Amino acid sequence: MRNFLIWAVVAVALIILPNLVSFSQQEVLVFLTINILVVASYRLLTLTGEWSLGHVVIMGVGAYASALVTKELGLWVPLGILVGGASAAFIAFLLSYPLFRMKGFYFLIGSFAAGEIIRLLWKRFRDPFGGAKGIKGIDPMPDFSIGIYQFDFFEPVSYFYFSAVVVALCLWILWRIEKSPVGLTFHAVHWQDKLAQASGVNLRSYRTLAFVIASGFAGIAGALLAHYIGTINPNSFDVEVMVFVLTWAIVGGTGTFYGPILGCIVLTILNEIVLRELGLEQTRPLIYGLILILSILFMPNGLESIVQKFTRRKEAK
Amino acid sequence: MTSLLEVQNLTMRFGGLTAVDGLNFKVEKGHIHGLIGPNGAGKTTTFNMISGFYTPSDGKVLLNGEEISGLPMHHVANRGIVRTFQHSTLFGELSVLDNALVGTHMTFRPNIFAAILGLDGAARRNALDRARSSLEFFGLGGLEDELAGDLSHGHQRALGMAVAYASRPDLILLDEPFTGMNPEETRQMMGLMRRLCAEGTTILLVEHDMQAIMGLCDNITCMSFGKFLAEGGPSEIRNHPDVIEAYLGGARHVA
Ligand SMILES: Nc1ncnc2c1ncn2[C@@H]1O[C@H](COP(=O)(O)OP(=O)(O)OP(=O)(O)O)[C@@H](O)[C@H]1O
Ligand SMILES: [Mg+2]
Repeated sequence: MRNFLIWAVVAVALIILPNLVSFSQQEVLVFLTINILVVASYRLLTLTGEWSLGHVVIMGVGAYASALVTKELGLWVPLGILVGGASAAFIAFLLSYPLFRMKGFYFLIGSFAAGEIIRLLWKRFRDPFGGAKGIKGIDPMPDFSIGIYQFDFFEPVSYFYFSAVVVALCLWILWRIEKSPVGLTFHAVHWQDKLAQASGVNLRSYRTLAFVIASGFAGIAGALLAHYIGTINPNSFDVEVMVFVLTWAIVGGTGTFYGPILGCIVLTILNEIVLRELGLEQTRPLIYGLILILSILFMPNGLESIVQKFTRRKEAK
Repeated sequence: MTSLLEVQNLTMRFGGLTAVDGLNFKVEKGHIHGLIGPNGAGKTTTFNMISGFYTPSDGKVLLNGEEISGLPMHHVANRGIVRTFQHSTLFGELSVLDNALVGTHMTFRPNIFAAILGLDGAARRNALDRARSSLEFFGLGGLEDELAGDLSHGHQRALGMAVAYASRPDLILLDEPFTGMNPEETRQMMGLMRRLCAEGTTILLVEHDMQAIMGLCDNITCMSFGKFLAEGGPSEIRNHPDVIEAYLGGARHVA
């Protein structure tokens, strides 16, 4: 009951929130919502101890796939988004064969290389990927009405509501997975793969499973993005974006489910309020780099460690 | 009658070193079988080959007459052979209960769709019961919520066995389970192993504590420098001239 109340309050706050901010801030809210899914799905992969540099490209796979099936085949956009997720998951499954011959640092580099190859393919094949210019005029979400509210997807507010519902559903699934015996097995694979395997765990399958699920949700995030901004190209998913995702995850901390989400929210607010106001937008990569280094030095367990300190103190009282 | 486990001409070479050299022995169902030998004799390497951690350079491992050598470790585990490690190997960052739950993996296979939809309640409860009973068996009942890494050395050894026991294996390979235990803990652990065996689990035991080995084992295989040396009951092994010679050469005493 108490939980239900809390969630009801959160929902109401999220419904009100976009009406309190400016148009450009509403747009930021949409990106923030999508980025939360990117970074939360990334955490699922890190549960098995592997860090990928290809996550954003995989997100792009979802964006391209959804853009193409809706544009070229006329598929209904919500279905296209699901196809985007499935395509990203499938590509991840194929990539798992070469990539999971490697571990740790080599996996990191391998995932980067795999991502760059995919980006090269997008650039190289103008049909169907549109080459370096990418895909333009991607179908927007079709407007619809749910009685009390009319979704008009030229308005960022409508797209914010729509993506918030999709992302909330995805986060709920990610959460259920993490708290399940499957999630425990991911932890086991991470902390002591020898003992996990001696307990009958097929390491390769579980590493692949985490990679495929994480990629599927990244693909959904990519598709959400594509149908919002209407145009994507290979540079929308380059390594600079990957660095942002890594920064959100590391600054927030990957020890808890909410850590990376917290990192994403705090840094986005910092970015929008502080940097934009000060006119320092252009220096964003530099400042992100600085924040990353500072947080590794002075806050190795991320923002979540600060939250934990407070909640623990409350418990102790 | 085929034995539960049989190794034939088992051999492991590391570069120029032959760590295990043409080893043969059989483990009968329902026995506690000891595998002893001075330091560096190749006991752990033998375990690694039986459990599938290493692929033997030569020779075979047979389980109920079926060859299992070369299978990966999780396949061997699924056939009913589970091992512990010489150096306490646990999920140190996870709770004691979660460690035991990982041990139930084979019996209660996680199903991701059931988990998302909340349809695996019964399986989770059964896994929890199994994990708790395994902890209880090894006297860790009150420590469920501790982090495995924070346990005392003796408790860590016990937890390693509880994780293995949680899968209810047919054959359990224990690599020096008594190291780091005080005499009282050792005595209790010996009692638990007898109980385990009485419940139908066959045990293959590597141990330097001769009192424990002699007190527990139905049958003992002794090896030295990778080679088979002698086999027999405790009294035969205790008085076997080659065994005494190997241990005195290795500056260790046979109790
Ligand atoms: N992975 C490896 N690579 C190279 N040599 C190894 C490897 N593993 C073991 N050895 C060598 O093989 C020999 C047998 O080692 P093993 O660990 O099997 O002995 P052990 O009987 O278990 O000894 P202890 O009683 O000290 O545990 C040793 O000389 C060891 O140095
Ligand atoms: Mg050893």
